[in-house]
Amino acid sequence: MKHETRVAYGEALKELAEVNKDIVVFDADLSKSTKTAELKKADPSRHFNAGIAECNMLGMAAGMAASGKIPFASSFAVFASGRAFEIIRNSIAYPHLNVKVVATHAGLSVGEDGASHQAIEDIALMRSLPNMRVFVASDYYETKALIKHVASIDGPCYVRLQRGKSDDIYDEDSTFDFDKVKVLKEGDDVALIATGLMTQEALKASDILKDKGIDAGVYEVVSLKPIDEEGILKIVKGHKKNFTIEEHNIIGGLYGAVSEVVAKDPSNPVYPIGVNDTFGESGQADEVMKKYGLTADNIVNIVMECAGK
Amino acid sequence: MENRELKIHARNVRKKIIEMIYSAQSGHPGGALSATDVITYLYFEKMDISEDNVSSLDRDRFVLSKGHASALLYAILDEKGLLDEDIHTFRKIDSKLQGHPSMRYLKGVDMSTGSLGQGASVAVGMALANKLDQNGHHIYCLVGDGESEEGIMWEAMMAAHHYHLDNLTYILDLNHLQIDGQIEKVMDPTPFKEKYEAFGLYVAECDGHDFDSIKKAFAEVSKVDDRPQVIIAHTVKGKGVSFMENDPSWHGSAPNEAQYKQALAELDKEEA
Ligand SMILES: Cc1ncc(C[n+]2csc(CCOP(=O)(O)OP(=O)(O)O)c2C)c(N)n1
Ligand SMILES: [Mg+2]
Repeated sequence: MKHETRVAYGEALKELAEVNKDIVVFDADLSKSTKTAELKKADPSRHFNAGIAECNMLGMAAGMAASGKIPFASSFAVFASGRAFEIIRNSIAYPHLNVKVVATHAGLSVGEDGASHQAIEDIALMRSLPNMRVFVASDYYETKALIKHVASIDGPCYVRLQRGKSDDIYDEDSTFDFDKVKVLKEGDDVALIATGLMTQEALKASDILKDKGIDAGVYEVVSLKPIDEEGILKIVKGHKKNFTIEEHNIIGGLYGAVSEVVAKDPSNPVYPIGVNDTFGESGQADEVMKKYGLTADNIVNIVMECAGK
Repeated sequence: MENRELKIHARNVRKKIIEMIYSAQSGHPGGALSATDVITYLYFEKMDISEDNVSSLDRDRFVLSKGHASALLYAILDEKGLLDEDIHTFRKIDSKLQGHPSMRYLKGVDMSTGSLGQGASVAVGMALANKLDQNGHHIYCLVGDGESEEGIMWEAMMAAHHYHLDNLTYILDLNHLQIDGQIEKVMDPTPFKEKYEAFGLYVAECDGHDFDSIKKAFAEVSKVDDRPQVIIAHTVKGKGVSFMENDPSWHGSAPNEAQYKQALAELDKEEA
């Protein structure tokens, strides 16, 4: 089955708000797309639409947090992380305020809207801020748990979600430890370390690789900051070839986060699979993902090449 | 040009907008249709853009600050015979017709836009450069009413006034709708006229669907020689397609086959 992660976000907000009266929600004229409209339906008094004014939205959220509320603020990832970057830096991260920036429509899978709307740099931006925690969710069930998890953290958090549907990797009964790299599948030959939407592609790639005689483990990183250093080192030491797989620029995202850990204890090489420092373009999401190499098939090609098979 | 001819061009532009968004099954009809008449007038009566100078900086230029109305810009360029791409490739992979206009993909696009508010600021820089070059060219910039909630819009206007940019004309597409509903209910950016005047701009108003009224407003602002101007165009979002008119759900959705046929039939029936 496939579900939209942002639908899980809307549902989680509603459930959280029912039990915690301090939860407030901000949007910037995209409430039907980001799904914060779900909270508006449930309790309009706690939903604030800033209009098309992302900087002011994050400023107001900071003010709410400085007054003891737990604000969730949402827009498309480009605008939430980029337009409002310096507001987040100086009025949220620096004063360590309890704001949750939940950004939807990240990455090339935005599709038709094209490069102006396809955030490929948001993880890098948010990861560079002291105090900021950065999470990327892969499926509906994980998102639901993740939103509740960030609500329980006291401090600024950035959560990255996408526009389209993604394969269900987990189910109702799954339990999550977001501080740890998740082992989805052990494999001896190579490690596929994925995040977000690319987790489903990594899983597909490992099936294809198996038929080609390569045993590929699949690991999901949800918390990119702080990252599970021990978990990453264990994976990389255990595999001669490692690959990070992300729907983000290979600069500053998952490849950056993993490399920063591995460089402290260099063992086996890590190769990046992601957006190769280029902007995206318009097209149906699957066509754009294919053109820019964000598919299981391309993962297989790169792994085969690097593994010398 | 006679009003009759302008109306025929505007009708063709609207049909192309519908054609593109239908064939892409993606795009933003509402705000493209609301600005069609004003931008048709601009491209057919005011701007000196042609086959010979489309790739040159030596002409008047236009910034579509509300970049989601890309289908309007492509339809206008096509109607002028300047579009270097098949409109049916709109928003599809490998097309020059990006979802939001990109100046690196298509000639005739004077600025890449899509992130609201920024075009209004870029237009100030373009007008400043024209002043430095003393080239006498004009910069036109179409902004949305919802878009006007962005702070940078007002920073841009402050600067435009500060530098006495009489070579810059903003056009406000006042259709009273943004994505989440009516502008006054989502985050009220009104009153526009008083705000613009307080920022030092010259304000003219028109019925954005009446060519006599549009013509008068353009004539009025062209006499201003000491400050930037804004034409407030009173418009209807989705204008020309009955079921799209004044309905925020048509901001960013594509018609199905039946709706597409009905839209084209309605536009064909409209008398020119
Ligand atoms: C900075 C930024 N924030 C949000 C968006 C998403 N968005 C696209 S169009 C739109 C509504 C625009 O409303 P308006 O300016 O009134 O346009 P119109 O009614 O003329 O279509 C929004 C919020 C965007 N493109 N850029
Ligand atoms: Mg509007």
